[in-house]
Amino acid sequence: MKPFAFTRPTDVDTAVQAATQPGARFLAGGTNIVDLMKEGVEAPDQLVDINRLPLAAIEAQPAGGLRLGALARNSDTANHPLLRTRYPLVAQAILAGASGQLRNAATNGGNLRQRTRCPYFYDVTQPCNKRAPGTGCSALQGFNRNHAVLGTSAKCIASYPGDMAQALHALDAVVQLQGPSGRRTIPIAQFHRLPGDTPELDANLAPGELITAIDLPAESARFAQRSHYLKVRDRASYAFALVSVAAALDMEGSRIRQARICLGGVAHMPWRAREAEALLQGAEPGTPLFRRAAEAALAGATGFEHNRFKIELAKRSIVRALETTTRSTA
Amino acid sequence: MTSLLSDERQADELPDDDSHPLLPSPAGQLTRRAFLAESGTTGIAGILASAPMAASVASAAPADADAAPPSSMALALRVNGKPHALQVDPRTTLLDLLREQMALPGTKKGCDHGQCGACTVLVNGRRINSCLALALSHDGAEITTIEGLARGNELHPMQAAFIKHDGFQCGYCTSGQICSAVGMLREAEQGVPSHVTADVRRTGPVAQLSDAEIRERMSGNICRCGAYPGIVAAVREVSLAMPRSANSRRSRA
Repeated sequence: MKPFAFTRPTDVDTAVQAATQPGARFLAGGTNIVDLMKEGVEAPDQLVDINRLPLAAIEAQPAGGLRLGALARNSDTANHPLLRTRYPLVAQAILAGASGQLRNAATNGGNLRQRTRCPYFYDVTQPCNKRAPGTGCSALQGFNRNHAVLGTSAKCIASYPGDMAQALHALDAVVQLQGPSGRRTIPIAQFHRLPGDTPELDANLAPGELITAIDLPAESARFAQRSHYLKVRDRASYAFALVSVAAALDMEGSRIRQARICLGGVAHMPWRAREAEALLQGAEPGTPLFRRAAEAALAGATGFEHNRFKIELAKRSIVRALETTTRSTA
Repeated sequence: MTSLLSDERQADELPDDDSHPLLPSPAGQLTRRAFLAESGTTGIAGILASAPMAASVASAAPADADAAPPSSMALALRVNGKPHALQVDPRTTLLDLLREQMALPGTKKGCDHGQCGACTVLVNGRRINSCLALALSHDGAEITTIEGLARGNELHPMQAAFIKHDGFQCGYCTSGQICSAVGMLREAEQGVPSHVTADVRRTGPVAQLSDAEIRERMSGNICRCGAYPGIVAAVREVSLAMPRSANSRRSRA
């Protein structure tokens, strides 16, 4: 590992200022960046340890939402009574990811910033446009079983590895940022990126910009009665998703007032299936309808040599997740 | 509630040889580590403690002195109840610090990438992978390793249960399994749900852990010998024997 300077600021302004310098990276739980540094994928000149910043609180908001501090640990977030009762989908998604040890260390902000587990991204001897722009994509013709089938580009077919973010996207979370030019707030849909021509960028962040909190809106608590996070993977636990589905329904009598579906493991970012959501809106729930919605969600999918199975798997997973969701009760 | 951990233990109560994850060694008896060193055996422990890795961890000296960041920084830790003032290279993980600088090799280096759990230790009572933790990030923390669980010659209940139920074969993952299990039961006491919890909306204490719950909550610890049935039996036994604290009985919903 290359030597680096290590700083431990205690206020956000100082941290942001330090991280604006070239070669600087934030360090929170470290569960991803330390690993990337061991592999040589990341080689920062400076690590800005943000664990002393006062960003670990989880607080109910006056307007009814819930603010998740960027430095609250994943395990504490998943066990927070207000998150569990109002936004159980987020707790389920967090608990589907990693291990107890990793969730104790990993933070909410860091979870959103974790990088793909594409093996070519991790292998510094291989071409990878995400790690070394312009060198090519080894996964296109390589071992691409765990890669994306939606929203890919000729430059990159990596998939987003996380779980929590699918739930946050489904529930229209909002990301609070602070950077060198001040604070801003963006919908999480505008936070993560598709690869396009710049797969090296995972998120729409300015240099030095820091996630300070993630807000769950009050309206999204209406999905608390019926939501489900389904994760399909090669083993029962402690594995990344082949496909995951965050599904949530808000019912009005026997009809669906609003549906939310966000897919994981199939795209460079959490993939909101808005066409499927539109099909479900106003309809009475049922398996044939869910299958039509699933077909719509994957209509634009393109598989590669080893991951074509994901397209049908994602469709069936959507149906299963929605069926489970309709069985949920108060 | 009675702490399962030994935070308050005095240093002079620690076993003389803290290299064995399971059994305190009676004075004068040859220890496993001493045996390996003397016989020149290069078992797993021998390979992992070999010079190249130690060098890669310790060599901070960069060629360009102008651009070089400080090669060591001060760090204060309490480890197994004892305070330590240390100087560490910023690149040092908590795992390497414990094993290479503090002579506490009970914590094992398996994958070194957070995928196996062999390096699990308790930091302020919470289990984490010490291989992915930079030591400097934990300045001021209370660390408990496998060496700190026993009270003198009295094994921690989880250690005793692992022996009773054959919760290991080669033993390499065992210290991580035991530290993880101790941290996991504390989490369950605090009402932490899991992926197999039927309804996360029901907050409050976790009822008796099912085998499915134990397996899921322990999934961050891989055992390549496949001693899982014994591990589950050991964790189940300790879990059943644990007094439910007043705090965990109270509903927080």
